[in-house]
Amino acid sequence: MLRTLWVWIGIPLIMIGIAAAIVIYSVNNPPDSIVARMLTYERVFRVIREHMGLLLVSMTGATIVGVAGGIMLSRPSLYRIGRVMETIVNIGQTVPSLAVLALFYTILGLGFRVAVFALFLYSILPILRNTFAGIDGVEHSIIEAARGMGMRPLRILTRIELPIAFPIIVAGLRTAIVINVGAATLATFIGGGGLGDLIVTGLSVHRDMIIVNGAVIAAITAILLDYLIGKAEERVVRWS
Amino acid sequence: MDQLLGMAFDAFRAAGNGIESIAQAGDRGIIAHTIDYISRRSDLILELMLEHLWLVILTLIIAVTISVTIGIIISYYESLAQTVLGICQVLMVIPSMAMLAFMVPLFGIGFTTGVVALVLYSLLPVVRNTYTGIRELDPAIVEAAKGMGMTERRILFKIKIPLARPVIMAGVRTAAVMMIGIAAIAAYVGAGGLGELIFSGISRGHQPMIIAGAIGVSIIAIAFDYLLYYGEKRFSVEGSTREGN
Amino acid sequence: MIKLEGLTKVFKGHNIPAVKDLNLEVNEGDVCVLVGPSGCGKTTTMKMINRLYEPTGGKIYIRGEDALQMDPIKLRLDIGYVIQEIGLFPHMTIYENIATVPNEKQWPKDQVKEKVDNVMSLVGLDPEIFKNRYPSALSGGQRQRVGVARAMVSDPPIMLMDEPFGAVDPITRARLQNEFLRIQERVDKTIVFVTHDIDEAIKMSDTIAVMREGELVQHATPSDLLSAPADEFVSNLVGRNRSIKRLHLIRVSEILEEVDRAPALKEDTKEEEVKKRLDESDIRTVIVVDRDNKLKGVIGVNDLKRKTGEVAGDYFQEVSDTVTDDATLNDALSVMLEIGEGYVAVVNEDEKYQGTITLGDLLNVVREDS
Repeated sequence: MLRTLWVWIGIPLIMIGIAAAIVIYSVNNPPDSIVARMLTYERVFRVIREHMGLLLVSMTGATIVGVAGGIMLSRPSLYRIGRVMETIVNIGQTVPSLAVLALFYTILGLGFRVAVFALFLYSILPILRNTFAGIDGVEHSIIEAARGMGMRPLRILTRIELPIAFPIIVAGLRTAIVINVGAATLATFIGGGGLGDLIVTGLSVHRDMIIVNGAVIAAITAILLDYLIGKAEERVVRWS
Repeated sequence: MDQLLGMAFDAFRAAGNGIESIAQAGDRGIIAHTIDYISRRSDLILELMLEHLWLVILTLIIAVTISVTIGIIISYYESLAQTVLGICQVLMVIPSMAMLAFMVPLFGIGFTTGVVALVLYSLLPVVRNTYTGIRELDPAIVEAAKGMGMTERRILFKIKIPLARPVIMAGVRTAAVMMIGIAAIAAYVGAGGLGELIFSGISRGHQPMIIAGAIGVSIIAIAFDYLLYYGEKRFSVEGSTREGN
Repeated sequence: MIKLEGLTKVFKGHNIPAVKDLNLEVNEGDVCVLVGPSGCGKTTTMKMINRLYEPTGGKIYIRGEDALQMDPIKLRLDIGYVIQEIGLFPHMTIYENIATVPNEKQWPKDQVKEKVDNVMSLVGLDPEIFKNRYPSALSGGQRQRVGVARAMVSDPPIMLMDEPFGAVDPITRARLQNEFLRIQERVDKTIVFVTHDIDEAIKMSDTIAVMREGELVQHATPSDLLSAPADEFVSNLVGRNRSIKRLHLIRVSEILEEVDRAPALKEDTKEEEVKKRLDESDIRTVIVVDRDNKLKGVIGVNDLKRKTGEVAGDYFQEVSDTVTDDATLNDALSVMLEIGEGYVAVVNEDEKYQGTITLGDLLNVVREDS
């Protein structure tokens, strides 16, 4: 019980605490007027809100579309398209995140919405691929046993295929989140805001303190999310 | 929640507008503009591409040397392994922009910053694959080698590393593809390469420049992925025929 | 119970039918074994019965009803199905695995629980121990038991079994086969059983259907199949040593009634009596049991010379192996060869001594038949 509390609340609080301590220290002890003007609580909260907005909207959309798409492509009637899609997705994942954002900028222009859309599309890939691969990887004999016992296709999907594929789907989600958090710090280049704003501002005015604040919050967000989903992954799978 | 839904709605409306603007872009002949730009500035693009490759290959050599060494060391010290792998995992999770930003106060703007950040990034895939590649070897093979009187040193170089090579290569491939993408971002902190086209294109609103940079980086990444995949396969085929004989 | 009429299956993209104009009838309570080399269409035939494969032509009647007109889901819920790979659901506990069909049928919870407990005990898995385990924690033999339990839990009148004991080692297989036959005696299902192992077919079946290249070559009782194979293919399949194969057909309990051997000695029997009985015994050995008729051991001529004592309990030595009364004569022969003796002691399920059979008894059986 105490251990669970520590894992789920203790460690995350420590991480958030470190980030908060650095922000509070920096805002209260600015070395000069430039830092004082550019590093305020309002600004920090604004970029965090933007960052979370980027993450939440794009990840929610990507999870829904990725899982639904993966399920659809794994159905026998679409399976062959699924195999082709798998190859396309693999190539798509090789394309660097900066290139994706840059190309979307040339098509859609600047702004938060463009960044969200690019992140959304980019994050679909690992989720779609793992959902498809996870369902595709369920042993044939298990499906045959289920069919032979008289389970309907929809029941086989919800009771057998999805639960067995679940760890792989979650792994895809984890990959997507890590990529997404990383790419979200690049959103600032196409006017999408987020924590990248602080880093870029710091770099342009040559103030390390601003850079470090942005980098620390971005790093801790990523580490925390990866940590939490990793722990959740461990808990969910009791059977293997 | 309303706010989020609003954002989502906006994003999809933007996508709709985007498709329109692709059509408009077609009218203005953006593709023609890009081709024109590439042919005019092919010397610059080639130079940046070579710079990009140089950055990636140099860091890859440094990173693989360090990572394989670490991987081998932790394969002997199980108690160290989980800690080291944990640290590598954390390093890789850190957003690349944040990692580069951390390096700036330490190494300033320039090539070195790019190299250090890229090396830190590529640790996890190679260290992990070296470690698991060695750990998951059939213990009977190692035992047989010991039984024949081979020294640990010879077992490592003649047995363990050659047999783990396909797995290590897979890690190198993951690291290389990742590095190409991050090297593009490193252009922002002055490491050079094709990323420069993307960044100056964005700041000047010069679309053909952005497209040339983005597509150039993507082509390098896909080509590396393919080449190393090919290499990986060759290694493992070689291994299996040797076993077969 | 099951009647196949002119059943034909042609797979997409193939010219040659996998099953061709097959006619077969299985009576209620019978075990019909489909046997033949791989690719002969036996599994295809079986999978058409629960419509995992849709027949290209022909009819299937189950209890006189046209199975091809029924809802395949309803049809399958009433047919137990066991496959070689078992196909246990790795993310469900043993309990949840076995409860699959009752849950699909939406039985009340306490009824499901009762049935699962019953069927687990029936296949020899203690519900208290295994209920909450996951399949990954089970041995191969235990998984097979779960597979059979899962197929039987809703009491389907018909069961289809595709090489259900194919993936376990020979010793476990023999034990599972014997257990299965004992269960079948109690539950009396109509079973279609697929195997490529002719010995298993002879042991398990009431009737054997030999298939080749999608066609039925012969459908007969094992005994008829052995004495009158329809053609060269069948006689090759059953092999040259048909008399030995007969040993698969007969259970130890069946010949125990015929052999008339002196009863076992109690532990407190006096030495003179033991000597007298040893002289009378055709195997120069006597069996010793305790008060509850449980087997203690045997006394040979040499034991009397080597040891000193007053009663039988002082002389006996333990036996290394026994057979159960539901084992086949072939099992008994294996044990005799294994322990290097010309006899083997027979015990029942509760390890109570039932009698002794000898190599001579087996010879008599083989001789009578040929």
